[in-house]
Amino acid sequence: MTSATEYLRVSDLHAFYGESHVLHGMDFTVNRGECISLLGRNGAGRTTTLRAILGLTGRRTGSIMLNGREVINMASHRIAQLGVGYCPEERGIYSSLSCEENLLLPPQVASGGLSLDEIYAMFPNLWERRNSQGTRLSGGEQQMLAMARILRTGARLLLLDEISEGLAPVIVQKLGEVIRKLKERDYTIVLVEQNFRFAAPLADRMYIVEHGQIAAEVAQGELATKQHLLQEYLGV
Amino acid sequence: MSEIFGIPIQAFMGQLMLGLVNGSFYAMLSLGLAVIFGMLNIINFTHGALYMVGAFGAWLGLTYLELGYWQALLLSPICVGIFGIVIERSMLQWLYKLDHLYGLLLTFGLALVLEGLFTNIFGVSGQPYSIPDELSGAFNLGFMFLPKYRAWVIVASLVVCFVTWFVIEKTQLGAYLRAATENPKLTQAFGINVPLMVMLTYGFGAALAGFAGVLAAPAIQVSPLMGSNLIIVVFAVVVIGGMGSILGSILTGIGLGVIEGLTKVFYAEASSTVVFIIMAIVLMIRPAGLFGKEK
Repeated sequence: MTSATEYLRVSDLHAFYGESHVLHGMDFTVNRGECISLLGRNGAGRTTTLRAILGLTGRRTGSIMLNGREVINMASHRIAQLGVGYCPEERGIYSSLSCEENLLLPPQVASGGLSLDEIYAMFPNLWERRNSQGTRLSGGEQQMLAMARILRTGARLLLLDEISEGLAPVIVQKLGEVIRKLKERDYTIVLVEQNFRFAAPLADRMYIVEHGQIAAEVAQGELATKQHLLQEYLGV
Repeated sequence: MSEIFGIPIQAFMGQLMLGLVNGSFYAMLSLGLAVIFGMLNIINFTHGALYMVGAFGAWLGLTYLELGYWQALLLSPICVGIFGIVIERSMLQWLYKLDHLYGLLLTFGLALVLEGLFTNIFGVSGQPYSIPDELSGAFNLGFMFLPKYRAWVIVASLVVCFVTWFVIEKTQLGAYLRAATENPKLTQAFGINVPLMVMLTYGFGAALAGFAGVLAAPAIQVSPLMGSNLIIVVFAVVVIGGMGSILGSILTGIGLGVIEGLTKVFYAEASSTVVFIIMAIVLMIRPAGLFGKEK
């Protein structure tokens, strides 16, 4: 791969929450249009990695190059304005906003995002519930809303945290389809997952995170040969 | 002459009107407090002082710059708003991560400084500020005389409260504000400049207090302590309405003004305590306030 296609490069990233040192030198890259997955156990530092990229942790050191720009010292909103969409693990649906207000909240950062019509076509449930209070939606609907609202903004890099967690299989399947569509549209995606079976068919490459570092990298084609790594780290 | 519950209707309506006027001030001030508390997590004890500064702005403008009431109504709140922004940038912004108590102490201290400063310069006795010609006189409603200025205060305050409510609840800017109030970090991670919004919110809350001050200038005498007399009741209003609730602070403000006014008619001895009695009862039944959400 040439560096011209490189969209996100995280090098020697350390992050802290107060006194506790959570990330111990994360190193990974994501190429433009690629979908990678960060796999690992709870507490391995996957969520923190996403939060650190957006400047939501405490102190950070190291380097985060986003589309050729160093963002390690930028404020969260500046990083987001460079085209990063974030779907947090807790979904972050606002109770003081209606479903549609939640959907329209993130400001447009670039052209080329999905239109509201396209989003409602992709998630018909959200159209039906558009006037409901955000947190009155079911868990699945909230997850779709959390995904949908970052597709409108024109962000090209999507950071998706545990989107399949705690959802019915039919909804997980639906989200898988959505991610396939986004890959066709050349979005760059970082998928933080516990659910290996959800991530494996979607991700071009997988990174296994352990103790705040990358422990192993497995490309889509190496799944069979590196099965022992997955077994060792993830127990799958 | 007709009577209501044995009270002459003229006295009844007169106190109702006064109650509405007081309620208008309560509503504007508690609205500003509610917006500021929601965004900054700071209980803004400087609010009464900012209201006083707004009133003095009008008086100073008239005395030294020959600025009339209408110019003051526009310029004084803007100046108070800018002053608020300076306070936020220079002092308050360092306190957000700390306990509520620090913000309360700092703003309380600032209120004392401002009041002390104005008392030193202008003395404690009030300065008169006359009602503009357009608004002097009264409407004859048949059953009572309604002073035009009182009617104007009520209308102006209702309009300001409605516009504020509308902007916060019904517009995109308001959606940003509500989102930033609920989850500031995530909202910032969506690309919204939350620190800027926090600064402007404090400026707006301060301007609202300044606006109320200018409205109050012709109705009561302009004095350095006019804010601290009012602010205690306003805090009770905020507690009754529910911390951080926009609609709650408006409705409670007006409602309590009316209740206070009517208490003067029926049992004058209780009129200065009735708000606090209501506060105690509300706290026992609904600790988060009438419109507040339990956390």
